[in-house]
Amino acid sequence: MALALALCTAFVLQPGVMSSMVGAQEPTVDEPAVTTGSPTETDGPAITGVLVNRDDDDSPVGGVEIVVSDSAGEEVGTVVSDDDGAYFLELPAEGEYTAQLIVDSLPDGVTLTDEERTSLTFVVRPGQQKPLLFPFGVDTRNSTGSIDRVLPLTIDGIRLGLLLAMTAIGLSLIYGTTRITNFAHGEMVTFGALAAWYFNQIMNIPLLIAGVLAFLLSGLAGAGLEKGLWKPLRQRGSSLFGLMVVSFGLSILAQHLFLYFFGSRTRPYSDYALQPGGVQIGSATIPPKTFAVIIISLVVLGLVGLFLSRARFGKAMRAVADNGPLASASGIDTDRVVLWVWIGGSALAGFGGVLYSTTQQVSFQQGQTLLLLMFAGITLGGLGTAYGAAVGCFVLGLFIQLSTLVVPTSIKNVGAMAVLILVLMFKPEGLFGRRERVG
Amino acid sequence: MNWNLIFTSIFSAIFIKETIFYVLGAQGLNIHYGYTGLMNFGQAGFMAVGAYGLAVSVETFGWSLWVGILVGIGWAILLALLLGLPALRLRGDYLAIVTIAAAEIIRLVARSESTESVAGGNSGINNFAGAFYDLNPWVNTRRYDFGPFSYSGQDLWIQAVGWGVVLLMALLTFLLMRSPWGRVLRSIRENEDAVRSLGKNVYAYKMQSLVLGGVMGALGGIVLAIGNQSVQPDTFATRTTFICYGALILGGAARVWGPVLGGIIFYVAFRGLDVIIRQMEKADIVPESIMTSTQSGVVRFVFLGGALMLLMVFRPQGILGDRKELAFDG
Repeated sequence: MALALALCTAFVLQPGVMSSMVGAQEPTVDEPAVTTGSPTETDGPAITGVLVNRDDDDSPVGGVEIVVSDSAGEEVGTVVSDDDGAYFLELPAEGEYTAQLIVDSLPDGVTLTDEERTSLTFVVRPGQQKPLLFPFGVDTRNSTGSIDRVLPLTIDGIRLGLLLAMTAIGLSLIYGTTRITNFAHGEMVTFGALAAWYFNQIMNIPLLIAGVLAFLLSGLAGAGLEKGLWKPLRQRGSSLFGLMVVSFGLSILAQHLFLYFFGSRTRPYSDYALQPGGVQIGSATIPPKTFAVIIISLVVLGLVGLFLSRARFGKAMRAVADNGPLASASGIDTDRVVLWVWIGGSALAGFGGVLYSTTQQVSFQQGQTLLLLMFAGITLGGLGTAYGAAVGCFVLGLFIQLSTLVVPTSIKNVGAMAVLILVLMFKPEGLFGRRERVG
Repeated sequence: MNWNLIFTSIFSAIFIKETIFYVLGAQGLNIHYGYTGLMNFGQAGFMAVGAYGLAVSVETFGWSLWVGILVGIGWAILLALLLGLPALRLRGDYLAIVTIAAAEIIRLVARSESTESVAGGNSGINNFAGAFYDLNPWVNTRRYDFGPFSYSGQDLWIQAVGWGVVLLMALLTFLLMRSPWGRVLRSIRENEDAVRSLGKNVYAYKMQSLVLGGVMGALGGIVLAIGNQSVQPDTFATRTTFICYGALILGGAARVWGPVLGGIIFYVAFRGLDVIIRQMEKADIVPESIMTSTQSGVVRFVFLGGALMLLMVFRPQGILGDRKELAFDG
């Protein structure tokens, strides 16, 4: 509830932030097709999108002509992309159309990634605004030799793995201490990223300070959730299933509040968005911020590890996660431990979201995608443990990025699923979990 | 505010194919959760493989529609086996994690560029159910009016068949749950160890339950695919699972008619809310600075999340259910 309130106040001053869908770079809003249509400004079907050049840091490509004809070959309209690379063309009715990109209209030096892909045939549903994809520039994702790609992918995998570890420690400890499989944990990641975006872009606070503020605010939101929602629910004796459904309801609620106030577009922070002075490693240029993110994550994780292994209260946290009743019987105040697990776990998740967004931009649904990877990671490490979760997530992040050497990038997360199923088949307690009789 | 439009769209929604889609999904979850205590949070995945199994068979491999339906059901059985094999031996929460992840992965694969030649990518697969409409006793293109309801001949045909499937599944559930097999399922829900000590193979029963409920979900996907003549990956997002759960909990789990009643009320309310909010926005009852037309499409999901939480906290037994019966810890 504190989460929702904080967001309302944070974004209500920012009217009209919703924007039309942007088709070219990021997966767009997953509006289910069964319900009455996706966000539209007009009611009729249309095509829309943004043309960007991969060769030139995704700079917009303007002045490109696209001719649309219907299935009978009859021309129904022509649209020229504007200076932002955006184009929008209303279509007379739903049905099948062919979009032809006029190659002669391309600016000098801009080429299609796939020279053959000048025309696209597509089907538009009633009221749908169809994003069309015309990628420009050389596709660096699969074209270079794999040896050149191993090193940059490893570095990116380390970044992803560390960030997953940071965000997932809370998820695992919350599970360990309260048995809640918290499906809303991903939204805490998004919350941190959005809060930092608000401080950074609207209030013009430098990102370094905004990140710390987001860390604190996420912790506060975690405390609010535990005090206002989870603790009362546990005291009522809610079933495990009930807690899971509530956490999922919370996830849907929070995610769509984010969408309502922030919009479906991905947005960058004002600092470090495009960073010069990258290091050429293998086939890729790695910007300094990637290394900064890795170092910051290592420091934070190191401090968390030190706290959990050395500090009295940290040990108490692990004790409660390991065996709640026993810990309680030996004089540990479990309620206080659980509260601080929520605070710390949420703060780390939010901060992880900020770091993640420095390279991926802020999106209302980034947490949802990360949540699945976190689940796979902490299952690999051992559900409910702290160190296991961190190690499992690190290994998984590295594995996912390296797997793009052989599988297409768009399905790399399938690898996480395979890991999850294999772990459950052969070592369900995970790498660091204790074996117990299950099922 | 166009009240006429609001009322007709709400009342017509009672019978439409989307309602059938969610009712069948909820009926499947009723077998899983209501009767067996299994926490399947990936029903959307079962619905997706049903729909895509059909569409891919017809459109990509050129098989007949009827073979396609069997393929869709077959895929759902395979998915249940694949997920159940590791997860059903473990504590309940593992199944929850595996199924929710699997459903999301299925959606991501279906919308990925790399499978576009088979699954059609972001825009899915269209126009594959002609064979079904060739059998239509009504005229496909004509509109039929029944008082406030108005459906095309195509709609009438898929609705008749779809509700037929729903009734069949309700009958099947009723018969199975009063059989010895159903009693074993319910005992597993209440106390797994006690059932095991009686020499029953709990793992096998759970697997059969997972397969049966998954096939019901797949049938929901198939009905919607035929009804829309189209499959889209984003129809099968995780929240689809939770609309089904909302329907099941509202109607009452572990009751034959729970998911049917709940599905109708929940989906009609969900859809009606959307129509009302959009109308309010159009009529400028809500100022543009607070809600734009784009934002008005999002509000219903905020309510969906809130409704799920409130329902689970304050009335977990729903309309027809028995609170004591649902007190088990899954």
